[in-house]
Amino acid sequence: MLTFLALTSVVLLGIVPEQSQAIAIYTGWERHALVGSDIRLSCSFFSWRWTSEDVTFSWTYRPDGSRDSISIFHYTGGAAYVDNKGPFRDRLEFVGNPGRRDGSILLKNLELNDNGTFTCDAKNPPDIVGRPSSVRLLVFEKVPIQAGVITGAIIGVVLGLLVLIVVIYYLMRFLVARRVFSLSVSKHGKKKKEGSQQRQIKV
Amino acid sequence: MLLLLLGIIFLHLAALVLLFVSTIVSVWTTGESTTSDLWTNCSTASGCNPASTGEWIQSVQAVMILSIIFSCLSLFLFFCQLFTLQKGGRFFLTGTFQILASLFVMSGAIIYTVMSPEWVPEGNSFGYSYILAWVAFPLALISGLIYVILRKRE
Repeated sequence: MLTFLALTSVVLLGIVPEQSQAIAIYTGWERHALVGSDIRLSCSFFSWRWTSEDVTFSWTYRPDGSRDSISIFHYTGGAAYVDNKGPFRDRLEFVGNPGRRDGSILLKNLELNDNGTFTCDAKNPPDIVGRPSSVRLLVFEKVPIQAGVITGAIIGVVLGLLVLIVVIYYLMRFLVARRVFSLSVSKHGKKKKEGSQQRQIKV
Repeated sequence: MLLLLLGIIFLHLAALVLLFVSTIVSVWTTGESTTSDLWTNCSTASGCNPASTGEWIQSVQAVMILSIIFSCLSLFLFFCQLFTLQKGGRFFLTGTFQILASLFVMSGAIIYTVMSPEWVPEGNSFGYSYILAWVAFPLALISGLIYVILRKRE
């Protein structure tokens, strides 16, 4: 029985390293930039295995409103191949460090047509099963207000006014009650004093 | 007496539910292949994108959320005042909050109506969430007025 268990465990341990596990790819979710500026799109991955020499990164671009995506960057075999025919020719630069699992690219001199979704796919053989991750690029002519800033401001101001009104109301009630209390105490005290003075005179 | 109470609570809850549906589901405008609302713009061609970050749509979002908050607060206050108010007293606080909530919905719907040509393409008609917002406004207003007029008995 024990030998059977030992044999199965050895066999399993022998098999498992040969299987590849899933690789997890991380990019940003959304990036905002101004026309004419540069932006760095970061891509990194997590893998249970050491970074192999055959690690590959590839970036594809899908413009907003289009269904086709084109490939704009590929890194393989230690060499980076940038787009030299498509919309990003002469504007794309590889600034990543594959040894440190970083496959980031730099887009220079952004235009309004560059709005779209950039997808990064990384493979770390034998870890090749993974889901590519996408980052959305939004190019603006002027810096817009962040989503939710005005919403939060309006809600905060109104609720703050509400809390303030409640606090002031209770404060007024407390002060008025205290004033009434102190007035009645002083009246009561005066009556008591007069009563005791009369008694003293009588005596 | 109980019937009146149930009726009032039902009216209040109806207005509250309409507010929730209108704000969350929010199919405010619909076209042939696009819907756009307070939070996202969806189209069958290119999926869903978050809504444009203009100032006015954010203010509509804020005002709708505020109306929900005030309506919930007034429901809570109604139950508080039901048990603590003396006989013959009026539910002023509850009514004030409910009327404020209805005013917020009205201003939100008005802002959306006036500014929608700015961020919605031509040819789109208003969706059902927009109509629900407009229906929720008179319901909330009537409910608030009833609270102000109502006197506590027994």
